[in-house]
Amino acid sequence: MSRNGPLALAFHGLFVTFMLAPIVVVCLVAFTPEGFLSLPTNGFSLRWFRAIADYPEFVHAFWVSLGLGALSSLVAVLVAVPAALALTRYPVPGRGALQALFLSPLMIPHVVLGVAFLRFFTALGLGGTFLALLAAHIVVVFPFAFRLTLAAASGLDPALERAAISLGAGGFTLFRRVTLPLILPGVVSGWALAFIQSFDDLTMTVFLAAPGTETLPVRMFLYIQDNIDPLVTSVSACVIAITMVFLVVLDRLYGLDRVLAGKGSH
Amino acid sequence: MSAAATTTLPATPAATAPERRASRAPLWLILPALLLFTGIVLVPLAMTVLLSFHDWGQYKGIEPVLVLKNWHEIATDPYYAEMFGRTLRIALITTVATALLGAPEAYILNRMSGRWRGIFLLLILGPLLISVVARTLGWALLFGGANGLANKLLMSLGLIASPLPFLFTETGVVIALVHVMMPFMVLSVWAALQRLNPQVEHAAMSLGAGPLTILRRIVLPQVMPGVLSGAIIVFSLSASAFATPAIIGGRRLKVAATLAYDEFLNTLNWPLGAAVAVLLLLGLILIVVGANALVERRYAEVSP
Repeated sequence: MSRNGPLALAFHGLFVTFMLAPIVVVCLVAFTPEGFLSLPTNGFSLRWFRAIADYPEFVHAFWVSLGLGALSSLVAVLVAVPAALALTRYPVPGRGALQALFLSPLMIPHVVLGVAFLRFFTALGLGGTFLALLAAHIVVVFPFAFRLTLAAASGLDPALERAAISLGAGGFTLFRRVTLPLILPGVVSGWALAFIQSFDDLTMTVFLAAPGTETLPVRMFLYIQDNIDPLVTSVSACVIAITMVFLVVLDRLYGLDRVLAGKGSH
Repeated sequence: MSAAATTTLPATPAATAPERRASRAPLWLILPALLLFTGIVLVPLAMTVLLSFHDWGQYKGIEPVLVLKNWHEIATDPYYAEMFGRTLRIALITTVATALLGAPEAYILNRMSGRWRGIFLLLILGPLLISVVARTLGWALLFGGANGLANKLLMSLGLIASPLPFLFTETGVVIALVHVMMPFMVLSVWAALQRLNPQVEHAAMSLGAGPLTILRRIVLPQVMPGVLSGAIIVFSLSASAFATPAIIGGRRLKVAATLAYDEFLNTLNWPLGAAVAVLLLLGLILIVVGANALVERRYAEVSP
């Protein structure tokens, strides 16, 4: 059914090469047996992956990122699901304004959010703490959890809930046995997308992180600012591998184009 | 019929007790989110706007007074005009390049058979979720001075005679940014293509239109709203990009986001940094809202 001519396919080939080149190069250089940046021309080596263990800052930053991603995405989902359900179920006054507010972290540049959070948390005496990072990340990943739950909840057939109510289900039983299972793919995709956003965020976090609360992207960024060596490529390769797992899960669960539709938009 | 007639509802009968409880439910469900956003988004933003009017000195630090000093400095010092000009230029070129490359690619993807389409969609949209630091590091490796891979490839193909400078140049920043932003454009055009009715193309073909005429007269006008909304997203994200200009552009090639970072974490002149950030935010809101209004007016009849 492919009706693409040879010219179109050549363009497509170059396009895919362009999109994959930097990612493939990072992963290849990570396996170099040399002590300097080079493509592994004479054999693959894991020495730079082993070297990560000797650099505790990266290991610590990884755990900070993991904890931050898990906690912030969990809290975001717990707050976003009730709000999304309320906005799709009831005639809430100012619905449009509320939705715009809850999606606003997508519109506001992350550098502006970083500046604002730094000012705010420093004034509260929480500058550089994990708590400040957590609160900031909850807000920034909230739109991802919110939007996918909203999409799942508004696609729900109201007849199903009405049927459950007519059969005597109410309140929490209705939510737990009928509504939640139906919107679960949306909620789980929203959670996974929120986790990845938190795990990857640099621009906002770089303003808030202090030694001890540096996340992995912040540690990698500061390391690259000083010098680029094979160690940071092996760390990047690990980050890419973790993301790939999430990608495949999201694609299977919900379809990648549906999960990402409107990401960064309004 | 007028819109007012449809929104005027008949008077509702007095609600029974359980209905009243149900009508009060939304507040409790929305309240946590509302508190979170008021406390941690609106208040900090207001504080930042206020901060941009504060005074600052090397030894006295931040003085909580209201002065126009920072705004005056940004308006008069040509350094800021140059820096915002560079930010705007990089964002514009990146936007045009992603549109020119991403729109045809989305069209080609859409014409592929199901299995290939799924694989390539994953390969092209996937990078969106991969850490920007890791992706930009890839470009730094490809560019890396005179013996970077990009230059070696271009020279072996005979396209250039001597190595081009990519690292620490605007060209390099734009190339890496185009890569970072491309998935947004492909996604946006892809979504517009999904709404296309293939029957219209078939009808045009049966009426004797050639493939180029169909592309120009049938497909392009219908996909244009997707290209434009993708362009708005790419522009606003490129104008506020931080990691790519910081790593590829280096310390000298400052854009708005990297300058704000410098003022906050190196110079420690927070009020000036806040003014740069607030100006970036206001400029983007103006441009995005204006562009959205133009797109909606122009394409009101195409995309309901």
